[in-house]
Amino acid sequence: MFTSLERIIRSGWITFKKQAGFTVATIFIMVITISLITSLFLFQKITKFSISLLQDKVDVSVYFKDTSLEQDILEIKEQIAKIPEVKSVEYVSNEEAKKRLLEKYPELTESLRETQGMLNLASLNIKAGQADQYAAVANFLENAPFKNLIQKTDYYQRKSVIEKIFSITFAINRTGIVLSLILAIIAFLVAFNQVRLAISNSKEEIFIQRLVGASNWFIRGPFLIQGVISGFFAALITLLIFIPLVYSLSPKMEVFFPGLNLFSYFINNFFLIILIQILTGIGVGVISSIIAIRKYLKV
Amino acid sequence: MIKFQKISKIYSPNIVALDDVSFEIQPKEFVSLVGKSGAGKTTLLELLLAEEEPTQGRIFFDNQDIHKIKKSKLPFLRRKIGAVFQDYKLLRSKTAYENVAYALEVIGATDEEISRDVSEVLEIVGLSERFRNFPVELSGGEKQRIAIARALVHRPEVILADEPTGNLDPYNTADIIRLLLSINELGTTIILATHNKEVINKLGKRVITLEDGKIIRDEEKGRFIL
Repeated sequence: MFTSLERIIRSGWITFKKQAGFTVATIFIMVITISLITSLFLFQKITKFSISLLQDKVDVSVYFKDTSLEQDILEIKEQIAKIPEVKSVEYVSNEEAKKRLLEKYPELTESLRETQGMLNLASLNIKAGQADQYAAVANFLENAPFKNLIQKTDYYQRKSVIEKIFSITFAINRTGIVLSLILAIIAFLVAFNQVRLAISNSKEEIFIQRLVGASNWFIRGPFLIQGVISGFFAALITLLIFIPLVYSLSPKMEVFFPGLNLFSYFINNFFLIILIQILTGIGVGVISSIIAIRKYLKV
Repeated sequence: MIKFQKISKIYSPNIVALDDVSFEIQPKEFVSLVGKSGAGKTTLLELLLAEEEPTQGRIFFDNQDIHKIKKSKLPFLRRKIGAVFQDYKLLRSKTAYENVAYALEVIGATDEEISRDVSEVLEIVGLSERFRNFPVELSGGEKQRIAIARALVHRPEVILADEPTGNLDPYNTADIIRLLLSINELGTTIILATHNKEVINKLGKRVITLEDGKIIRDEEKGRFIL
């Protein structure tokens, strides 16, 4: 058995070297496939980052009456933070609220700000994970024992905006997943076709091998080995392309997505990315070979 | 040893390759299948190699119905049979030595066995000095001798030769037929499909004549009759 295995591996390696033209073309197509998969991996990071940026803009503000004590507000903050739907709660004191308003609207006087309905009251800014969770939070506040301390909640004013934003981010996420799947399937089909072409070039050899009594695995084996070797080299080449590419693109991405350091993400997930690339390359090579050769083995 | 029992092979309603063919071949026989192109000679050999399945009838090899053998076990049947073809069917990317050795590699022979047997069989076919050459560097006659060496090296019970001299000149044709005869004298059954009149008439062996998929003659010391 080991003799046969050794012969299969040797045959696969020798054929890999001998069929230079097909090998180069196959590796090239695999590099494109692996590059696409790697790009999708990085793209999902960008998508998640954009979604969290958008969702981070969404919050519900609870404004407390002028007479409310800071200590009471902070206790309420603790209570709200314990609600499972709540992601985070930020306390904004009177002074902080005034400071933020002044920074935002420096040209308006204080009385004008009040008549325009701008509140510089102490508040709690509450962020939740999903659009429908804000409703649960609003409901809690309406029925809370401390509701007499609350001047106003802006949830109902912003409800439609909140729902729109979450709807958009959900659509972005779902579209990203569907697009990724479609592109991954296309990439696999292109790579499969290339491998199939290379194998069909060997169909006479396969026929002869069957005639002399080679078992299906003895015939199949060298093609799988070639698939593994091609996949491995393709993964290596893709990695060598992506390292400088991501490094150079990362600062440009940060212009559009402030706070997103793509190269840092790439380095932090380096071994995972290598694993994905190698598994994709070898997986495509092996699976394509198995499927493509079935026709000639008459199984 | 080999038994064709009421074999028919129909490719479509209009193409009947074999029609109710029955015959037996004993061990160590030298049998020629003759007939014009399209008579069904190659189809008979393909059925014996289980490359095709009969539409009707059964084929027995060593008392085993070959078309009841599982697909995964067919390689073991084919290792008992050596095959030689008109177009040689050598592996282009392998040398003469490697082409012959391949037949032993697939059965799991050790490197020592391969080295010994391949050298021996190349000696038999008279090509010891061309072992390093690729098929493209060999003449037609040399290629056919390598094909015979490959068919012979794993000591099969039967050698099927489908028009082995079809692409060869008369000198090489004679060499190949002499080689097949000497292999037969060593105990291997030979089934030779040919439409070469001179070869058949010189052999003086059993001849099964096919026409339009039917056996029209089966003679122990047959001749090629038009």
